[in-house]
Amino acid sequence: MQSAPHVEFRGVSKTYDGRTMVVQDLDLRVQEGEFFTLLGPSGSGKTTCLMMLAGFEAPSSGEIRLSGRSVQHLPPRKRGIGVVFQNYALFPHMTVRRNLAFPLEVRGISAASRRQRIRQALEVVRLDGFEDRRPAELSGGQQQRVAIARALVFNPSLVLMDEPLGALDRRLREEMQFEIRRMQQDLGVTVVYVTHDQQEAMAMSSRVAVFHRGHIQQVAAPETLYEEPEREFVASFIGDNNMLRGHVRRAERDFCDVETPGGTVRAFPVHHCRPGDSSVLAIRPERVSLTKPGVYTNEFEAVVEDIMFIGDHLRLRLNLCGNPNFVVKVQNIIGHSAVLAGDRVRVGWSVMDCRALPDEEGAGGSALLTTRAAPLRSSPGDAAGVPGSDRAAVPPSTQAV
Amino acid sequence: MALSLAAARVRAAALTLPLVAFIGVTFLAPLGLMLARSVHEPLVADSLPDTLAMLNNWDGVALPSEDVFEVLGRELLSLHQQRSLGGVATRVNRLESGMRSAVVRTARQLRDADPGSWREAMIAAAPIWNEPKAWRAIQRAGERYTLRHFLHALDLERDTAGNVVAQPPDQRIYLSLLGRTLMVSVVITVICLILGYPVAYLIANSPPSRSNLLLLLVLVPFWTSLLVRTTSWIVLLQNQGVINDLLVAVGLTTEEGRIPMIYNMTGTLVAMTQILLPFMVLPLYAVMRTIAPSQMRAAAALGASFPQAFIRVYWPQTLPGIAAGSLLVFILSIGYYITPALVGGRTGQLISNLIAYHMQQSLNWGLAAALGAILLVCVVLLFLLFNRLVGVERMRFT
Repeated sequence: MQSAPHVEFRGVSKTYDGRTMVVQDLDLRVQEGEFFTLLGPSGSGKTTCLMMLAGFEAPSSGEIRLSGRSVQHLPPRKRGIGVVFQNYALFPHMTVRRNLAFPLEVRGISAASRRQRIRQALEVVRLDGFEDRRPAELSGGQQQRVAIARALVFNPSLVLMDEPLGALDRRLREEMQFEIRRMQQDLGVTVVYVTHDQQEAMAMSSRVAVFHRGHIQQVAAPETLYEEPEREFVASFIGDNNMLRGHVRRAERDFCDVETPGGTVRAFPVHHCRPGDSSVLAIRPERVSLTKPGVYTNEFEAVVEDIMFIGDHLRLRLNLCGNPNFVVKVQNIIGHSAVLAGDRVRVGWSVMDCRALPDEEGAGGSALLTTRAAPLRSSPGDAAGVPGSDRAAVPPSTQAV
Repeated sequence: MALSLAAARVRAAALTLPLVAFIGVTFLAPLGLMLARSVHEPLVADSLPDTLAMLNNWDGVALPSEDVFEVLGRELLSLHQQRSLGGVATRVNRLESGMRSAVVRTARQLRDADPGSWREAMIAAAPIWNEPKAWRAIQRAGERYTLRHFLHALDLERDTAGNVVAQPPDQRIYLSLLGRTLMVSVVITVICLILGYPVAYLIANSPPSRSNLLLLLVLVPFWTSLLVRTTSWIVLLQNQGVINDLLVAVGLTTEEGRIPMIYNMTGTLVAMTQILLPFMVLPLYAVMRTIAPSQMRAAAALGASFPQAFIRVYWPQTLPGIAAGSLLVFILSIGYYITPALVGGRTGQLISNLIAYHMQQSLNWGLAAALGAILLVCVVLLFLLFNRLVGVERMRFT
């Protein structure tokens, strides 16, 4: 028998107004010591899940268990979970020391033990010497560290973090990603982390649950999510992907032929499919090559509409197989920069690099397709959707990425 | 560059000039003039210059000489002919009762017959001229600059030797009234805080649509005339009023046992609390709105019960609002006038009502000004105290 998971959601649904489901019939298991990330765009339900786990919201139906015990009737203060809030929620009228002492004092821990634990917690976040500052006298990154220290100081085995790096600038954010990961590994605590930034999720997590419209699309390790997305949303949300829409003409065990407006593409069927199904193909820009004829199964000719020089690579924009924003990422190696806008090029990709997924967003006018249709400007990190609070219970239809 | 910035700043400052001028003319100047009146009273000195000059050499014990009687008699006569005797008579009378009639009668009788001896004629008109205290009263009333209004306002006076002593017990009213006013203001402030804090909390923690509605309800009293609200309290609270009728009808009290709730201190407290409540709620709301909901959540997640979280996390953060609201309500109530005048009866009067009395009825502006100045000093002291405790820059009014 495997021991009970540290965190378990069983068929959890949440609705605020009785009509719109913010989270719907959600199942989730987080094991002891995992760094588990809930990733999704604004309004996808990830923060709601975190708030239900912390006890600030009650599920409308279903059950949440901590180490096998239902916490249905346990108020937040009795759950013993460390929470790091989006805006840190440090107490502005208290010094760093008083902030950290707070959870210890309300637990009736002795003064001597308090001093020691506060010292340790500040060492973990590398803020020793800042005990007597007030939050307003600290930088954003330092406030972030205090918030983390405060969530750790009473030795919880589970720590929740709600977009903790959202307010920091890019460099500080990357530094803190490493720091948080290091602390989590040093202390061996379970972390449930919420973010809308897919790059952050990929960098930090042992596993990621991708949220979309109140449902979990896929739960997997970061590499798996990138290499083997199983749903159209995951393919489009994690990293860049060129999406081609079409209909399955022929389905075999390990390949299928999909007819797109620009020709037939041979692809790897992620799920079982049958001829006539509508399908969407996901091809990573870096897996498409400029090629001579006869090298790849899938080869097409197209005019280069646009070229963007990024530095270590070039991005070519082609109008291909019905996608006017088909991107090819070309390594910046001597000789490759000879391509010019307006040139006719031949591109190709292998069957295994072209994943056929069920078409869930509907052909054509999907909001998803159109937002993903202009990936030229955005680096992979920015492609994760609009930053912002997703607390509001907005119907998914108005929230499409 | 720096020059053009300075010029822009000057232009911006110039835009406030109309307001500065307005405040100067309508607020600062009258205030200064009024305060000056509390120590500066030149009327008698200007009216009886010769008499006062001669009294300078008087020993203050024996009766003045015939010359002094004559000079005073002539000056009174000429004041009477200019029809400006009344003001002088009133002022002298404040220092020695009976002097008004003495002065007026003397002037009238002197006009009728030119006397041989001024002294005898004046004593015949008003025997009080035979007593040194009448002359001391004239001498003291003739002081151009005087602290006697302030002494009076503090229930003090000068005895015949010029020492500052307490007034006779039956004439001490101002200090106890000032004490009562401060007491009432404290009570009203505390009641407003107790009533307003939960309301502000509710408004600050409601969804926007509801909090707007609630805020509107708090502000409704501002749209209703103060007089209307005060008189509606009369309708409610008077002996034959709605509440007493209700109590009698329910049987909680008998027809004879109707509770006096108005024209006394209760009326003042109830009506003023209701009127001043918004001044407490609004600053509190302004502060509470800035406290993120995550503060209380964080406290709960860290293991605090609601009372713990409230006392240690929420309450301390609302202190600037509590200070601002309390200061506003306290300062407003310490100088409140109209409501106590209407519903305070005899026991519910505050110091401002007496100031108004001296302004409008007794016309003792000097005393009114001195009382006002003392009130102003109280407010300033209080403000300085708050500044020390909370820091004005940390207070939040809106």
